[in-house]
Amino acid sequence: MLRRNIIELRNLTKSYNDTVVVDAINLLIRENEFITLLGPSGCGKTTTLRMIGGFEDPNDGDIFFEGTRINNVPPYKRNINTVFQKYALFTHMNVYENIAFGLRIKKVPNDEMKKRVQRMLKLVDLEGFEKRHVDSLSGGQQQRVAIARALVNEPKVLLLDEPLGALDLKLRKEMQIELMDMQKNVGITFIYVTHDQEEALTMSDTVVVMNNGVIQQVGSPVDIYNEPENRFVADFIGESNILEGIMHEDFLVSFSGRKFRCVDKGFSKDEPVDVVIRPEDIDVTSPEDADLQGVVSSVVFKGVHYEMLVESGDFEYMIQSTDMQPVGAGIGLKFGPEDIHVMKRGSDNEK
Amino acid sequence: MVGKIIKRTYMGLIFLFLYMPILVLIVFSFNESKSRGHWGGFTLKWYGELFRDPDITKALYYTFLVAFLSSLIATVIGTISAIGIHNMGLLGKKVILNVNYLPVLNPDIVTGVALMTLFISMNMRLGFTTMLISHVVFNIPYVILSVLPKLRQMNRHMAEAALDLGATPFYAMRKVIIPEIMPGVITGALMAFTLSVDDFVISFFNTGSGVTNLSIIIFSMARRGIKPSINALSTLMLITVVILLLIINKRSTKGDELIP
Ligand SMILES: Nc1ncnc2c1ncn2[C@@H]1O[C@H](COP(=O)(O)OP(=O)(O)OP(=O)(O)O)[C@@H](O)[C@H]1O
Ligand SMILES: [Mg+2]
Repeated sequence: MLRRNIIELRNLTKSYNDTVVVDAINLLIRENEFITLLGPSGCGKTTTLRMIGGFEDPNDGDIFFEGTRINNVPPYKRNINTVFQKYALFTHMNVYENIAFGLRIKKVPNDEMKKRVQRMLKLVDLEGFEKRHVDSLSGGQQQRVAIARALVNEPKVLLLDEPLGALDLKLRKEMQIELMDMQKNVGITFIYVTHDQEEALTMSDTVVVMNNGVIQQVGSPVDIYNEPENRFVADFIGESNILEGIMHEDFLVSFSGRKFRCVDKGFSKDEPVDVVIRPEDIDVTSPEDADLQGVVSSVVFKGVHYEMLVESGDFEYMIQSTDMQPVGAGIGLKFGPEDIHVMKRGSDNEK
Repeated sequence: MVGKIIKRTYMGLIFLFLYMPILVLIVFSFNESKSRGHWGGFTLKWYGELFRDPDITKALYYTFLVAFLSSLIATVIGTISAIGIHNMGLLGKKVILNVNYLPVLNPDIVTGVALMTLFISMNMRLGFTTMLISHVVFNIPYVILSVLPKLRQMNRHMAEAALDLGATPFYAMRKVIIPEIMPGVITGALMAFTLSVDDFVISFFNTGSGVTNLSIIIFSMARRGIKPSINALSTLMLITVVILLLIINKRSTKGDELIP
């Protein structure tokens, strides 16, 4: 499916007192996309979002909205709405007035306004809460008011800055599903910020992994998880075994003192690389049946599976398996060519 | 047990010491006899006399006119200043806040004399205008101090949220910021009003041309010899100020803000 671009960031840069916080990022965001900015604390996610919303001036670079440069357009003239991290509801107004705020400014006639606010209240499951004071609502309810207040304006783009940060796990899961449904139903572009990788993988069409103000990788959740482009992404998303290796030729890599078939190509001959193997991709076998042998050094029960650390040569593999082996057991480690992900070395910018 | 009794007695003595003069004043404002020594029966005649005395009614009028106007003007200026200070950088904020505290801590007599010197050096005739200006001046810091906590309590992104929803900066100020800090603004206004009604020293130095307020009248009457109507007038002022303070206190515990 080909969709139009709605927002484009070109070389977008922001620094505070000479520290670069967002470093020349380029990004295309398509219509109706659920895109998530994911990265550790302080990596510049909020700053990027605030520049898109118009609350922060970039030092360099441009922001385009439907092809028009909007760097100098004030926030109140952008067809973009924001759900702020701490909601920022108007505490002197009731729920109805909070949601109606944007419509009043647009001078929407009274009966249409009523209808639209009611529709929003239904969407966020807060019917009957019109007269309630926002201070009397629970965190989850306030959060839904904040979403309704933004969505009722039918913006082309909705910015959400860690909107579920303050909620407990159960409510968070519920709201994740509600938000995804809402996004599908109203069909607008969501730009979502989180530092929770699971949340990002669950909800998004596209994930943008950031570190130190630089975009590390852009891709679908599956791509990001299965084909991390560098060590940082592999490390940040899920658990990983990251080994140093040598790429001898296309489809042949060596690490842990052995050569393995793999599915990667396009490296120069004998190029040093990083190799990622996900813990759940390693099968436990008897030592004779596998290419690699090791000794179990610790076992932790994790509910669905056991997490085992296995020493093999000078590397400690993490394995997630339902097949528990006791500490001290000698086992075989088995994985196929498609379980091996080869990445260029040093293309990340870890500190 | 004994300790408790001692504590109680001590507290009782302190309160007696603090409130005895006021109590005596109130009691004697209802005393039929002109002499201050003995009780001559209950009367309200001194209160009636107050309102027949043209000097006193004029002073009453000026007191409340100045209190009303000065608290209104100080509230507007103080609120705008507080918003400005709130949005300043860290260093600027610190400097301004300390500068703002100075008039609060400064002895009234210094403020009063300083203002008088300024007015005279500017060739202004002391009178209603100078008294009003001086009241506005000493009220502004109190308004700032009662509005600032409300601004601090406000979510940092509230103004941005308004802009985000399409409000112009002016609309956001009118419909979001001001209503959000309104409790602080009203408390500030009440406090300014109270302080203005209450003030003697600064008014004394900065008025003239026959314009007086109640405290000045009481002062000059007392110098001519104590009349029981002074007691009545003082009692009325006391009641006014106490009521205002009660309202302010009730409001500030409700909004749990700190007022010096
Ligand atoms: N107004 C500011 N002045 C100075 N430095 C700032 C300012 N705002 C943000 N920063 C700095 O910029 C960096 C990026 O901040 P940002 O808020 O974008 O991070 P983030 O990715 O949203 O992090 P988090 O997940 O913790 O919210 C941080 O190091 C932060 O200290
Ligand atoms: Mg942030």
